[in-house]
Amino acid sequence: MITLKINGQQKNWDGDPDLPLLWFLRDEAGLTGTKYGCGQALCGACTVIVDKQAVRSCITSVSDVVGREVTTIEGLHPTGDHAVQKAWRQLNVPQCGFCQVGQIMQAAALLTENPKPTHDQIREAMAGNICRCGCYQRIENAVHLASTGV
Amino acid sequence: MNIITNPRKLRGFERYVKVDNVSRRSILKGLGLAGGFVLAAPVMSRPALAAYKTGAGEMPHGTVVDPRVFVAIAPDGIVTIVAHRAEMGTGVRTSLPMIVAEEMEADWSRVRVQQAHGDEVKFGNQDTDGSRSTRHYLMPMRQIGASARTMLETAAAKRWGVPATEVKAVNHEVVHSASGRRIGFGDLAADAAKESVPSVEGLRLKDPKDFRYLGKGQISMVDLRDITVGTARYGADVRLPGMKYAVIARPPVTGGKVASFDGAAAMKVSGVEKVMEVKGWPWPSKFQPLGGVAVIARNTGAAIKGRDALKIVWDDGANGKYESVAYRAELEAAARKPGLVVRKEGDVEAALKGADKVIVGEYYLPHLAHVAMEPPVAVADVKGDKAEIWGPVQSAGGTREDVAKTLDIPQENVTVNVTLLGGGFGRKSKCDYAIEAALLSKELGAPVKVQWTREDDVRNGFLHTVSVERIEAGLDKSGKVTAWRHRSVAPSIASTFAANTVHQAPFELGMGLVDMPFEIANVQCENPEAAAHTRIGWFRSVSNIPRAFAVQSMVAELAHATKRDPKDMLLELIGSPRIVKLDSVKDLWNYGEPYDSYPIDTARLRKVVELVAEKGGWGRSVPKGHGLGIAAHRSFVSYIATIVEVAVDDKGKLTVPRVDTAIDCGTFVNPERIQSQIEGTAIMGLSLAKHGAITFKDGKVQQGNFDDFPVIRMDEAPAVTNVYIVPPGPDTPPSGVGEPGVPPFAPALINAIFAATGKRIRALPIGKQLEA
Repeated sequence: MITLKINGQQKNWDGDPDLPLLWFLRDEAGLTGTKYGCGQALCGACTVIVDKQAVRSCITSVSDVVGREVTTIEGLHPTGDHAVQKAWRQLNVPQCGFCQVGQIMQAAALLTENPKPTHDQIREAMAGNICRCGCYQRIENAVHLASTGV
Repeated sequence: MNIITNPRKLRGFERYVKVDNVSRRSILKGLGLAGGFVLAAPVMSRPALAAYKTGAGEMPHGTVVDPRVFVAIAPDGIVTIVAHRAEMGTGVRTSLPMIVAEEMEADWSRVRVQQAHGDEVKFGNQDTDGSRSTRHYLMPMRQIGASARTMLETAAAKRWGVPATEVKAVNHEVVHSASGRRIGFGDLAADAAKESVPSVEGLRLKDPKDFRYLGKGQISMVDLRDITVGTARYGADVRLPGMKYAVIARPPVTGGKVASFDGAAAMKVSGVEKVMEVKGWPWPSKFQPLGGVAVIARNTGAAIKGRDALKIVWDDGANGKYESVAYRAELEAAARKPGLVVRKEGDVEAALKGADKVIVGEYYLPHLAHVAMEPPVAVADVKGDKAEIWGPVQSAGGTREDVAKTLDIPQENVTVNVTLLGGGFGRKSKCDYAIEAALLSKELGAPVKVQWTREDDVRNGFLHTVSVERIEAGLDKSGKVTAWRHRSVAPSIASTFAANTVHQAPFELGMGLVDMPFEIANVQCENPEAAAHTRIGWFRSVSNIPRAFAVQSMVAELAHATKRDPKDMLLELIGSPRIVKLDSVKDLWNYGEPYDSYPIDTARLRKVVELVAEKGGWGRSVPKGHGLGIAAHRSFVSYIATIVEVAVDDKGKLTVPRVDTAIDCGTFVNPERIQSQIEGTAIMGLSLAKHGAITFKDGKVQQGNFDDFPVIRMDEAPAVTNVYIVPPGPDTPPSGVGEPGVPPFAPALINAIFAATGKRIRALPIGKQLEA
């Protein structure tokens, strides 16, 4: 039996300890905000925050996060009004929206680590998150907006 | 109009209310008889009339103009408007209901959007592709809204005992200004529902100067908040009680099948419940599944791990020798010989022989995969002779038909629930994944989710075709182009529907080949034969991508050969402002639109070139190693021109400091979403130009994920993309937005690279071609 702490809540798992956290979150815990995009940490759609760091849940096993705090989009902010979320809405960032949760989690972790990133730092930090619709210009601007106060 | 307290009950309400289907043809006829309806630029005040026809009536099931199908008002005043097209990022789930709300004077903050299930008899055509939604539905949605408004006004007038002409709907109320009385939509709903639906011919549409929403770009997507908090529901987010999770190992070669398999090791994986062969159809079979071996598990992770442990022997079949290097040589050889003539003006052979100079360009574009961020996925629950599907499908109606046919049950027994699409790009026009889920659910007697992995998506999809475009242009002594021969060779999408297809279909020939707009005396377009060896499908912008790449590269090559400015050369080739006549083209497709409403108008093409040149600073001086390129193209009956600025450093590293694009998409609904689409097409265009290649060896796709099929990331993205939308003429009908941005990007980029480096790239992707 493995016990995980997700969004402040205890979750138990008695199956495969190597199960990727992504599938535990989505299929076992019903937290479907976190998305599957590639399964190989190439696209960032599955990004969650573990302790304070952005982590790709598709290549992180459930046993890797025992004893650590996992935050998903569902737990990012109680009313969904994290500065990054607000900036995203203000700039109408998404198109299809599928990658946006991963982008938002990555951006939130970036701003925790570096509250005032430069545009170059934003582009570098966000380069692991693919948006096939191509919302990058707005993502970059939204991260900047979130860092300067929405 | 329908009165309900719970919008969820909207589905199925046709059982209680008779729904008249106003056929598309009768609407068009009505338009003609009535002398037309108001269509004015959203930003202009213009009461004048202007009729326009679209090809909507030629689509399966046409359009339905009936407020009782699309609008419901609850007693509390909440207005529910049905979105019957699929949302994949264009904003259509917001834009079309917004048109209805505009015309019916509903207050957007009190509007809820309800996604339609798949039912084209009820809702009209739902196949969301071809950049058609706004151009086919602007007018029907206005008519639906105007009908609903008229019913509300009539009901209020009756209640007050005043003539209907004295009352007016204003922002969710009907007002009688003479007496100062007013009554809310919610209070009127029950009475309004008893009113008969007014005839389309007699409808009074709003004067565009009174528009609150249309053309303004002030309304955010209805799903915006849900997307940012993770509650937006995509296909994979559907969870049903007792649902099983499945992944499928599919034949790696198109047309292949399972020879034998051993599932023992897979069954030992924790969480795996079952391993079973699933039915496949011989190729080609439209959108039917490929078959293979399914692993059923308690979660997706276990199913994937189980699939990795399968031992399968495949029978590859006839396509086992498909190999991309050899195939390219085949296409090139075909392009160097005469082929089926699909357009002919003058005598191109004689004109080329008599030319002072002949410039030849041969351009290659490989297969591409869609790689929408959400790979294909669907949930099915089949019980007896009934099936319910949940999934991200572009064509809900088509999915319903195909699932019914596959399960051999009546269409009425199939319910298709459309989730949000995590990107579509044409891939999700094909519902094979939904059929797979239905077949597995039927076998297992339980709800099943079939999840495609990224590798499945890349290796087992319906790829963009692979093409060689060869253009020979003859110039006279003065540098004027007098001859143009374009041979286009590529396996056709029709090969996915019919065996032994070797020529492209009219809808492919009509995307940038036979509709070439240049003013040249001798023109010949040819389509030599090409056989398919994999599943070919629609990919955003389709054949326009290779055609615009070839034609617009050739323009710059001609400019270079004649020492002209590329923009001047482009404008000279486009020629005088005129409607292009294409009398020699049989079956001119024109994106399914009537040519009189949507002709090739070179004045509009010139206009976007001139606008982007002005706004984008064509001719401005740029730093060393930088260059500007320009390209223009008409597709999906819209006109678009792009300027790309590139920088290439001494190691060949390519960056894009700036992109400028001008689009003329006629009368528009939501400029904010148009801007976002064009920003996105710059990224997709850069992705395919810089990195995009799916290649085959031994019949198998050699790529599998974003490591070997890369797409543009933020650190490679253009620093700035500027978008300019041409204000529509008063009578200009709406045209496509979702796709037209892609085609001109690659040639503008390639032309900019030439300007920066002197290197002319004729085969995409760029890959390492710029490295010293």
